[in-house]
Amino acid sequence: MTIPETTTQLAGRSRARAKGRATSILKFLVVIVTTYLGLLAVTFFIGRVIPIDPVLAILGDRAPTHVVERTRELLGFNEPLYYQFYVYLRDALTGNFGTSVLTTNPVMDDIRRVFPATMELATVGTLIGSLIGVPLGVLAAVRRGSIADQVVRVIGLVGYSVPIFWLGLLALVLFYAKLRWVAYPGRIDIVYEYSFTPATGFFLLDSLWQGQWEVFKDVFRHIILPAGLLGYFSLAYISRMTRSFMLNELQQEYIVAARAKGLSETRIIWGHALRNAAVPLVTVIALSYAGLLEGSVLTETVFSWPGLGLYITNSLQNADMNAVLGGTIVIGSVFIAINLLSDLLYRTLDPRTRAR
Amino acid sequence: MSQISETPPLSRREWLLSDRPQSRMQARLGRAYMTWRRFSSNRLAMVGLGIILLLVLIAIFADLLAPHSPVIGNLAGARLLPPGSEGYLLGTDDQGRDILSRLLHGSRLTLLVIILVAIIAAPLGLLVGAVSGYAGGWVDAVLMRITDIFLAFPKLVLALAFVAAMGPGIENAILAIAITSWPPYARIARAETLAVRNSDYIAAVRLMGASPFRVVLRHVMPMCISSLIVRVTLDMAGIILTAAGLGFLGLGAQPPLPEWGAMIASGRRFILDQWWVATMPGLAILVVSLGFNLLGDGLRDALDPRESGQ
Repeated sequence: MTIPETTTQLAGRSRARAKGRATSILKFLVVIVTTYLGLLAVTFFIGRVIPIDPVLAILGDRAPTHVVERTRELLGFNEPLYYQFYVYLRDALTGNFGTSVLTTNPVMDDIRRVFPATMELATVGTLIGSLIGVPLGVLAAVRRGSIADQVVRVIGLVGYSVPIFWLGLLALVLFYAKLRWVAYPGRIDIVYEYSFTPATGFFLLDSLWQGQWEVFKDVFRHIILPAGLLGYFSLAYISRMTRSFMLNELQQEYIVAARAKGLSETRIIWGHALRNAAVPLVTVIALSYAGLLEGSVLTETVFSWPGLGLYITNSLQNADMNAVLGGTIVIGSVFIAINLLSDLLYRTLDPRTRAR
Repeated sequence: MSQISETPPLSRREWLLSDRPQSRMQARLGRAYMTWRRFSSNRLAMVGLGIILLLVLIAIFADLLAPHSPVIGNLAGARLLPPGSEGYLLGTDDQGRDILSRLLHGSRLTLLVIILVAIIAAPLGLLVGAVSGYAGGWVDAVLMRITDIFLAFPKLVLALAFVAAMGPGIENAILAIAITSWPPYARIARAETLAVRNSDYIAAVRLMGASPFRVVLRHVMPMCISSLIVRVTLDMAGIILTAAGLGFLGLGAQPPLPEWGAMIASGRRFILDQWWVATMPGLAILVVSLGFNLLGDGLRDALDPRESGQ
């Protein structure tokens, strides 16, 4: 039984090697296409199939019958399901998610307006998380079993276990209400809301670029708490992974060789071990960035941060399904893109995976 | 055989640790004993186990333990009392309800959520993964593609969209969380299946004429159980946090149910002056999910030494 299997495997492998890159690119394309199709199919299912009556959700229960009929017709609900899905696909691929009931704008316009806020929050959060998380993980691995290792472990465990919205509320009470160290919830002080015109939507960069120091300071005082909170969550994940990657590297023979050569411990740890651990770490940081985009839903609600998360939850509260699904698709798309990108990065950065 | 029966009676410990078990039962008990020894030597894991046992006991005896009704408060004389007030150990909320009693009863909802999610998601993932790994070929390709699609979704956002469409409520929240949490189990089950599918004992079972159905159900799936238990336990904390997040957004359990996330949401309005209303349920969530994380770590170390290497 086993012999024919191995020969087919061998044949398959050599064939794969012959086709080489072309096959792997094709595979990658298949993955992208099917994943996006899946995302759209699931959101279509959620939006059109699950609700008892989408028309009822839009018009309310006191609409006259001829209006209901007309709306059904207009929205295409009288068409067969596969045709509805086709229209849905076509619209979604061109970025048309319909009109938001709440803001009366096209959903895509709304998302374009709020999305930079979420990106900025998640980016600063990931920066904080990696700048603190990686050194903590290295420290824990080098001093394995020490008090420092235990402390890092506890910090990580609490990060995995604490409800983010609750911690956010407590942080607001402490740092805003009691200590007055940070600004109130929101993204920018109302004073600057009209005098400051952001070019990219990333307020920190925009204010720096325009040389508006007062605005920069204000934006910083607004973002530091929610971003710090998100940073704490990515720190929990990043430090844990860094620790395990570093432990793995520190057991390798090249470390012994470097020690025998008489290199300083600092160079061995930061120059040799961390450099090799950096390849999987890039993947981890990318994944935690995607995780923060998701974590921003609850954080933005607590901090009234005008991003995609708050947009989705506000729409939820108002039964605005177009906006909810549009937001879900956008977050899902970015999530998928980051996943694929980190996969690709890993393959190009690690020579061992490239060889195949 | 006769040699062994002639030796002096074994102590219970020796009987368990015997490397020549007389029966399947003895072998299993011996394995369980070894696992327990490994597990119980881990002090943090024991703390986690203690927390979870306490949670279960509280959920069972909530009616006896709670000093007040979790739903009906004393609006006239006991609104927003601070912790340590007479008769109200953790204070009261804006409707004069005892927070301690609500927390104790809320443990039932927490337990309900995680048990139901585990019952729905774990077997589903196990089945998909085992079938996929054992069948191979196009079945494997299709099933894994579906799994990957679900795995690529942001869990909380997808759960939000599901609940938004199905309507808020604890049943829908449970369903939404279960729908979004099975894919990792399928991945694990598939990996374990691939590891055993070409082993000799599977070949032997097949040679004896077992149907693929029987092979998967009786001989492949049991091999996946231990890594699955570890993963499910580690996921419990995440499930609790997601459920609490849905409750906080008003999409999970509806008032007046004492769900911890919803309690935080209702305490949000008074957080500046009556901090305890929102703080206490958050602490409860923190302690329970910490318990599951500690328990999961300990189980991983005890059941799956490969994984715990570091």
